[in-house]
Amino acid sequence: MASSEVGRHLLFQSHMATKTTCMSSQGSDDEQRKRENIRSLTMSGHVGFESLPDQLVNRSIQQGFCFNILCVGETGIGKSTLIDTLFNTNFEDYESSHFCPNVKLKAQTYELQESNVRLKLTIVNTVGFGDQINKEESYQPIVDYIDAQFEAYLQEELKIKRSLFTYHDSRIHVCLYFISPTGHSLKTLDLLTMKNLDSKVNIIPVIAKADTVSKTELQEFKLKLMSELVSNGVQIYQFPTDDDTIAKDNAAMNGLLPFAVVGSMDEVKVGNKVVKARQYPWGVVQVENENHCDFVKLREMLICTNMEDLREQTHTRHYELYRRCKLEEMGFTDVGPENKPVSLQETYEAKRHEFHGERQRKEEEMKQMFVQRVKEKEAILKETERELQAKFEHLKRLHQEERMKLEEKRRLLEEEIIAFSKKKATSEIFHSQSFVATGSNLRKDKDRKKEPGCGFELLCVDVRTCENSGGRKDAEKAPIFCKTEVPEHRRSSSQANFIKKKLEVCFDFAVFICFITLYLVNGHSY
Amino acid sequence: MSKGLPETRTDAAMSELVPEPRPKPAVPMKPVSINSNLLGYIGIDTIIEQMRKKTMKTGFDFNIMVVGQSGLGKSTLVNTLFKSQVSRKASSWNREEKIPKTVEIKAIGHVIEEGGVKMKLTVIDTPGFGDQINNENCWEPIEKYINEQYEKFLKEEVNIARKKRIPDTRVHCCLYFISPTGHSLRPLDLEFMKHLSKVVNIIPVIAKADTMTLEEKSEFKQRVRKELEVNGIEFYPQKEFDEDLEDKTENDKIRQESMPFAVVGSDKEYQVNGKRVLGRKTPWGIIEVENLNHCEFALLRDFVIRTHLQDLKEVTHNIHYETYRAKRLNDNGGLPPGEGLLGNVLPPVPATPCPTAE
Repeated sequence: MASSEVGRHLLFQSHMATKTTCMSSQGSDDEQRKRENIRSLTMSGHVGFESLPDQLVNRSIQQGFCFNILCVGETGIGKSTLIDTLFNTNFEDYESSHFCPNVKLKAQTYELQESNVRLKLTIVNTVGFGDQINKEESYQPIVDYIDAQFEAYLQEELKIKRSLFTYHDSRIHVCLYFISPTGHSLKTLDLLTMKNLDSKVNIIPVIAKADTVSKTELQEFKLKLMSELVSNGVQIYQFPTDDDTIAKDNAAMNGLLPFAVVGSMDEVKVGNKVVKARQYPWGVVQVENENHCDFVKLREMLICTNMEDLREQTHTRHYELYRRCKLEEMGFTDVGPENKPVSLQETYEAKRHEFHGERQRKEEEMKQMFVQRVKEKEAILKETERELQAKFEHLKRLHQEERMKLEEKRRLLEEEIIAFSKKKATSEIFHSQSFVATGSNLRKDKDRKKEPGCGFELLCVDVRTCENSGGRKDAEKAPIFCKTEVPEHRRSSSQANFIKKKLEVCFDFAVFICFITLYLVNGHSY
Repeated sequence: MSKGLPETRTDAAMSELVPEPRPKPAVPMKPVSINSNLLGYIGIDTIIEQMRKKTMKTGFDFNIMVVGQSGLGKSTLVNTLFKSQVSRKASSWNREEKIPKTVEIKAIGHVIEEGGVKMKLTVIDTPGFGDQINNENCWEPIEKYINEQYEKFLKEEVNIARKKRIPDTRVHCCLYFISPTGHSLRPLDLEFMKHLSKVVNIIPVIAKADTMTLEEKSEFKQRVRKELEVNGIEFYPQKEFDEDLEDKTENDKIRQESMPFAVVGSDKEYQVNGKRVLGRKTPWGIIEVENLNHCEFALLRDFVIRTHLQDLKEVTHNIHYETYRAKRLNDNGGLPPGEGLLGNVLPPVPATPCPTAE
């Protein structure tokens, strides 16, 4: 029996299968099946894998679900109240102020449980949106926040050792955009913000505080809003219509966007029921009454019908777009220059190589520059050194010259001194010779000679003055205490005479005191 | 950033704060967990339905590999498991076809549907395993194949423009057929399981269990279990991946009592007690495949398909694939793009005793 092809099968040998070019996954399953030569089988009995979705669901229940809502709207428009009403819980109490300098985002996570389903709900509120005078930068913090969540997920995904299944998914799944119920049209700020957010997050616009708008006005308002959004190219979230069971509902809801909602946690008795409502003097606006507002529709669409789809869209569309942009920004492509598929690894290696080369080149450059600078500096220093040396030499030379000059001068001076002293000596000899020759005139001559040279020659003066008449006779015996030589030629002046007399008296007295002292001393010693 | 209610209220696993991403935004990042009590029905539990619907639409992939010496009844068992002619039986081969010189890997894909659930089933057969005279390293082609599938998946995942749903060809489950010698495991069995238990989920199965009596069966099972434990072979469900007490007790029971499953396969139906059952007809009686008194096929089927199929896939994806990826990226000095994006380069995964794909 020839090996008839009962079924076509793929044969994988030990070498790696070549990577097929990137096919669009949007191709129908049948086509893909044909390509891969898979056949359909019918089973002859019950196998049991129809419980597979249950297994999957059980698993998810175990892990818990994550849902993140971002509320964007002006302060006081009713964001927190609406969230409270949606989830039937009082989340937080305080009101935010109107005086924030820039828009901030506040995130809070809550864990809700209903039957066996655990939901980790994160609500992100914009604080201060629309309060600033200059609102140009209002949307930027919001965009940054959303990007930051994507970035965190991307980082986790790119880690080597990662744990995606335990990762707390903080990416924003839906953005509720609160529109002020002016009744006219969208504000420019709203338009600008939504335009920046539509490619990053699923936007569901809602008309807040819808009880200020009457029914007829509301219809017009909604139409106006939608047409404005469409004409400006803002892509809001469309409820999916591919699943038959919910397609009809979703399509209808799509036509009712944006939902006009009223939020309230206050309970009012209406008839015999207690419902959530807002009480006015002219009536009661019931939150869950479909005639009054679209709150019930919003809740149904958001939570009961499309929560999973919102999560999926965030992951498959918005996140993938972000990832692709981010990676392309880094310079990675799937297709190389010759249009051949380039693996990420090759690109990475090439980049790495390039980077290393670049870095090495830069290093070399810096080294060269460094060496050069050092050389320059050295040259300069040497130059200065040489200059200093030259100066030093110069000064030294000057100094020596000076010195020599001074030496010269000194020598001359010394010679002069010697000459002078010689002269002096010779003149003295000459004078002494002349003194011996004359005699009595000598004194006068001596005095006269001394005269030009010196005046009073006072050696010592005894201050003890006392009257003594007979001092003069003992002049020869007494020790000489003082020697006063009064030049003779001054005797003529009366004053000189007077001074002379006084000195003579003192002299006599001093002699007398000496005699007494000597007597006493001698007396004592015996 | 004010912390709300104390953390002790929330689940330990859930109270982990989100790590700071790069670049740092100018907004507070750490959310505060507060346990809130609902004041009425909202409809959060409808998410289960939504999820179920979605998964049913997208369908499931399942890849099962059968390994064992020829003649042990691998193809028959697979056919019995999925109640259809999934594998071509070796006996219908052309007699002129030689026994393959090396281990070949044959993957056959099928789509089966039940109860609105579509499953793409791939059965990977390994003819030639253990059939040569010298069977050294005959597990290597198998290991290579498994790693190739991981590699394919990794390449797809790392692409810039990724497919919406990456086709999953990774082997989720490997049924290893043990010969019913009645004594103990063969060296080849031990070697194979030692090498592959770290790369893929292995479920050891005792083939052709109708050759053993009940006592022989239980003794053999005990001996096999002991040998596996002594050699440090972790078969599925692995002890280390038990998440909570409930799982642990359930899995312990399976591990210590039922495994390895002693099975009999058949695709022929016979009339027994007025019912048509799958079985084998012998002169001394009809062995009913789905009768728990006769063999443990039903247990195996329930285990693999009805209760643990999703878990098999998850363990493959979250643990085996991640291990492969981490090792691969570490070896290459970091495959992910951009040096700035890589966080801490964590210490490499301890080397498995098997070679990685080149």
